Amino acid sequence: MSYLTCDIETIHEALKNGKVTSDELVKESLEKSIMVQEKCNAFVTILEDAKASEVTESLLSGIPYGVKDNYSTKDVLSTGSSNTLSDYVPFFDATAIKNLKDAGAVMVNKTAMDEFGMGGTGTTAHTGIIRNPWDTTKMCAGSSSGSAAAVASGIYPYALGSDTGDSIRKPAAYCGIVGYKPTYGMISRYGLFPFASSLDHCGVLTRSVQDAAIVVDVMKGKDNQDMTSWDSSNIHLKEATEKELLGKKVCYIKELCDIHNFPNVTDELKEHLENFHHTLDLCKEMGLTVEEVSVDQTLLNALASVYVVISCAEATSNLSNLTGIIFGKRGKGKNWEEMMMDHRTKGFSPLIKRRFVIGSYVLQKENQERYFKNAQRVRRLLVDTWKELYKQYDAVLLPVGIGPAKPLEGSKEVIGKMDEHLQALDEHLQIGNFGGFPSITIPNGFVNGLPVGINLTSNCYQDGLLLNIASHLESKMNYKNQVCEVSKNV
Amino acid sequence: MYKAVIGLEMHCELKSNSKVFSSAKNSYSQIPNEFVRPVDMAFPGTLPVVNKKCVKDALKMSLALECTQPEYMYFDRKNYYYPDLPKGYQITQMESPVGVNGCIKIECHGKEIPVYIHDIHLEEDAASLDHYFDTSCIDYNRAGVPLLELVTEPCLSSADEAVAFLETMRSIYQFCDVAEGDTKKGQIRCDVNVSIMEEDDTEFGTRVEIKNVNSFGGVHDAILYEIKRQSELKKSGRYNEVEQETRRWDEESQSTIHMRSKVDAIDYKYFVDPNIPKFKITKEWLEEIKKEIPELPLECKHKYMEKYGLSEYDAGVIIKDKSYVDYYEECLSLGMDAKVTSNWLTTQVLGEVNHEEISLKEFFITPSRLKQIVDAISKNTISSKQAKEIFMKSCEEKKEPSSYMTSENTQMSNEEELNTIIKGILDRSAPQIEQYKNGKTNLFDYFVGQVMKETRGKANPVLTKEIISKYLN
Repeated sequence: MSYLTCDIETIHEALKNGKVTSDELVKESLEKSIMVQEKCNAFVTILEDAKASEVTESLLSGIPYGVKDNYSTKDVLSTGSSNTLSDYVPFFDATAIKNLKDAGAVMVNKTAMDEFGMGGTGTTAHTGIIRNPWDTTKMCAGSSSGSAAAVASGIYPYALGSDTGDSIRKPAAYCGIVGYKPTYGMISRYGLFPFASSLDHCGVLTRSVQDAAIVVDVMKGKDNQDMTSWDSSNIHLKEATEKELLGKKVCYIKELCDIHNFPNVTDELKEHLENFHHTLDLCKEMGLTVEEVSVDQTLLNALASVYVVISCAEATSNLSNLTGIIFGKRGKGKNWEEMMMDHRTKGFSPLIKRRFVIGSYVLQKENQERYFKNAQRVRRLLVDTWKELYKQYDAVLLPVGIGPAKPLEGSKEVIGKMDEHLQALDEHLQIGNFGGFPSITIPNGFVNGLPVGINLTSNCYQDGLLLNIASHLESKMNYKNQVCEVSKNV
Repeated sequence: MYKAVIGLEMHCELKSNSKVFSSAKNSYSQIPNEFVRPVDMAFPGTLPVVNKKCVKDALKMSLALECTQPEYMYFDRKNYYYPDLPKGYQITQMESPVGVNGCIKIECHGKEIPVYIHDIHLEEDAASLDHYFDTSCIDYNRAGVPLLELVTEPCLSSADEAVAFLETMRSIYQFCDVAEGDTKKGQIRCDVNVSIMEEDDTEFGTRVEIKNVNSFGGVHDAILYEIKRQSELKKSGRYNEVEQETRRWDEESQSTIHMRSKVDAIDYKYFVDPNIPKFKITKEWLEEIKKEIPELPLECKHKYMEKYGLSEYDAGVIIKDKSYVDYYEECLSLGMDAKVTSNWLTTQVLGEVNHEEISLKEFFITPSRLKQIVDAISKNTISSKQAKEIFMKSCEEKKEPSSYMTSENTQMSNEEELNTIIKGILDRSAPQIEQYKNGKTNLFDYFVGQVMKETRGKANPVLTKEIISKYLN
């Protein structure tokens, strides 16, 4: 059997007892990486010279893991899956990476993603389309696509992701694994390539809630290099997952979960929602009070636009450092303007350029009030609505997306084409980013043979409570440590 | 003659250990890229961390200029592309500057005028560019250096007033110990807005902005040039040719040159920087900062004139530089006479400091050393001529002034000793005394001369005269 498909505690025990060595794990993980690369195109870099590390008391010591390519990793190519940084090798580690390194974790690959995290399809990486291990004609969703594909394939127990809209939590659902982004600022963003700073979160993809807790326990902490980080030394996530059920009351939102609220319901959506309600029944069995609440549909309909406006505005500014002057390939031209333009024109994919245009447009003096400022007001309204819910409920439970993984065919991102109600269901995870709420997706079944997920989101700083509920719910289902293993003949 | 309306934007680099949003050292260096951290070059994933000392100093200036402080401190991004701007945006303050609606009094040609401050805000400097024949180099030492930008209302009316304002501001920065204010190091840079109007017009004329004037002299000349340029156009009926534009001051040709028109104005797409959380400025903190604001230059000047009776000229000289004031105040605290000290400071001390081209802080004759000299004069141990000699010798040889005041060269002021000498001389001079008493009063000087002869010039002349006349009359 392969220990790489086990949970972290099991692997740690095996390492401690000498049943397996770190060296064996690293080698096997690298071999599997090559197979998954062939099958899913999940990596930008496979670190063939990755070295085993000493096994210590730290649960992560000696165990391989993957890193999304938008984390700055010292001496290791970090591209953000963009041509603009196709040869960029940083000289410093992101704080989260440093924390993992210090714990003895072994990075074995850098995972491919939607360019700079901008996209939810896994189709815009400069290294090509990333495929879903459960069905390679389907997408992984994004932007942490490679990390999701790799963890689902059993290469290692966890991989790092980042989440600006749903970039950890949706790929996790599409790949049948766990995706967790903690409260904003719990993990330092120092060294994470920015997309939209007010929405960006570091996080992790795993195959169990407890593993997510173990990894974030190591990644988190106040960092002098990130002013938005905060001291969470009194929060012990792993301990929280081991306690008896702490939650009492949870809710779900009628407008997003009632089949009658959607036109032209497909069988897939019907099954997905039925499955969700079935999971709610399990919650009740656990002893949770589950209540249906109603939220203004207009507000829900606005969330996708709010996200586009704010994220594109911040992105256009955040990525202005990519000029090819200081790092990245130097552009050609007679003067600096031409050189910058050449670098950016050649470096960015059309999708990103479109987002820059939107971002610039909404920030322009004459448009800012109407678009950017209004988007921030609606963001506030949505966050306040959720905070109101948290006065009564320990968590909001919602289905992830409108069903299982979508086909890669015809996946080109189109904004505003979908029915508004359906779009709200597809994109509601963004509220977790608007409010900086801790949010976790866990697998809750299959639709059409493909995994689907349920999301739990709690109030800021309630990460322990959230993981506690998620962990108990996970144990009521059969998808903990679910793996879609690669075999050599695929 | 038209009325000129002038507004200033003054950028001043602040003193601090590290840069305003980076842990790199904030210092001037000849070696390029010596003080650089990853964030100064905007490497992907780096984040700004606010330097609290800079915020405090900015608030200090806001308070000193009687501005209103915001309840919350936060920063905005000013987005534009330029090779000296690594992030593609500058972190500055747009929506909520550290101070608004302030006022400061300045003196120009003996007249006191108020200058209204639109706002004062904290921001980061850009890198510096060195241009060569076919290539340009970027030096990131300056990238991220704290800058305080002060924007006045358009309330100045002449080049002299503008310069007087800048000089006052510079000394206020120095007095508050927040900036060095050395224009030679490029630590102060100005943008100047100039328009002209008829004396009785109620609406301002077309405003022209002159960017990046790097010396006070340049500000003076640029304003004069621009007033003249606009006035000539207006006089010849071509005022419509004055457009709302940005020009630059060209030192070489002593003229302003067109840079860009208003239609080409850049939309900086300001928005709040999400990487820096808003933080509350508490009343307690402001009170604490307020206590650290020293007496400002003009307050000092008035105090010196009214309380110590200094001339306006002398008081003006002393307040020119914070180090002068510190020196002067230290002398006073040692119990030295205000007027005497002022005379020494404004003549001998500053004369020598300027001659040696050093700062007053480095000067060998410290207040306590100066006290040795001044005390010796007042005790009549030395003459003022001797005092000046000792002062110079002490400077040259870096020895305590007191070491030059031996019995060999100090004045003879011991009354008893002098009395004995004078009595001896008079005893031997019966005929001269006779003549003196008979009306040949100019013989008085003869007796004094005899005393000087015997003491080799060291007898205290005043005391000598006193004793002689006591005996003769």
